[in-house]
Amino acid sequence: MTSLAITVVGHDRPGIIAQAAEVLSQCGMNLEDSSMTLLRGHFAMTLICAGEADAEQVDAALQPLVNGSLDVTVREVPEEPDLPPLGSTYLVTVHGADRLGIVARLASVIAQAGGNITDLTTRLSGALYVLLAEVDLPRSADVAALQARLAEVSAELGVDTSMRLIENDEL
Amino acid sequence: MSLALPTLPDGRVLDVVRAPSQVLSVSGLPVDPADPAVVQLCADLVATMRISPGCVGLAAPQVGVSAQVFCVDVSAHPKTRTTHGLIALVNAEVVEASRNEKAREGCMSVPDLTGDVKRPTKITVAGLLPLSGERVLITTDAFEARALQHEIDHCAGMLFLDRVVGAHAVFPRKVYLKLPESGGDVR
Repeated sequence: MTSLAITVVGHDRPGIIAQAAEVLSQCGMNLEDSSMTLLRGHFAMTLICAGEADAEQVDAALQPLVNGSLDVTVREVPEEPDLPPLGSTYLVTVHGADRLGIVARLASVIAQAGGNITDLTTRLSGALYVLLAEVDLPRSADVAALQARLAEVSAELGVDTSMRLIENDEL
Repeated sequence: MSLALPTLPDGRVLDVVRAPSQVLSVSGLPVDPADPAVVQLCADLVATMRISPGCVGLAAPQVGVSAQVFCVDVSAHPKTRTTHGLIALVNAEVVEASRNEKAREGCMSVPDLTGDVKRPTKITVAGLLPLSGERVLITTDAFEARALQHEIDHCAGMLFLDRVVGAHAVFPRKVYLKLPESGGDVR
């Protein structure tokens, strides 16, 4: 059994997902976790699949998809443990005027506090930049100190930042 | 059930401020409900809300005034259960809240994005009526509760973006109501 990490990025057109999924199915590769979206109009697919084919076979099978407008990468990856977070998960929300370095500065503050960003999206909408990050914090983390540091750096960047615990409703 | 709202003067239609604008990020100050400028601001907010397709609420920071003043009218919206008709309130706050539900919100000040926001669906809001300054309690639910909280957030310098539920909870707007440059709050 091999696990493959595949990326497909490029000009969007109808049928990319159908074609890629069909190729993987034909290769006997089970599509596991994936993200398929449009980023500023560019099609962007990232996925992990598992099965008996190797990276070379799958890469060759995906070549018809490229069609001059898509970049495809395939590489083998080791199994990773998919563990739930040990501490708490927070959502960091940032919005403000777009400028260079917002993600770099704020992600650095989070990393210094021991926070692990598990999911992050950004969106530029006109002059407005929006960043949403889900952050796992270890139990030992000083949440108040992180919030204070985020507020400080946000003020320097001229953006609004909030950090709230993500509630999970157990049903 | 309508609010005994005093008759307001004729309102002027004002330009709506868009994010990122500083006035949307600062907490508005409490103001005197009897101040003629505050009464006129209420009338202007109502006039601006009325001409904006789909708009069900507007707060003072959205017209560039940092103050705790807003208007709401959800009476024509299909998601409405309880409605108090046209509401204009000064220095309002949520005093009771329960039953959280998630729904997608939009905002005239963030015209190209929408977001999933979890908010209480049964609330009581306390605030002052313009002109008379009478303190009123509004107990409501569903869409009117959401609209009131969205506007009270504006008065506190917060946008729906500050309350979305996850990293994938903000979306590009796909449906505009007639005029993309002047949509409405909380559609």
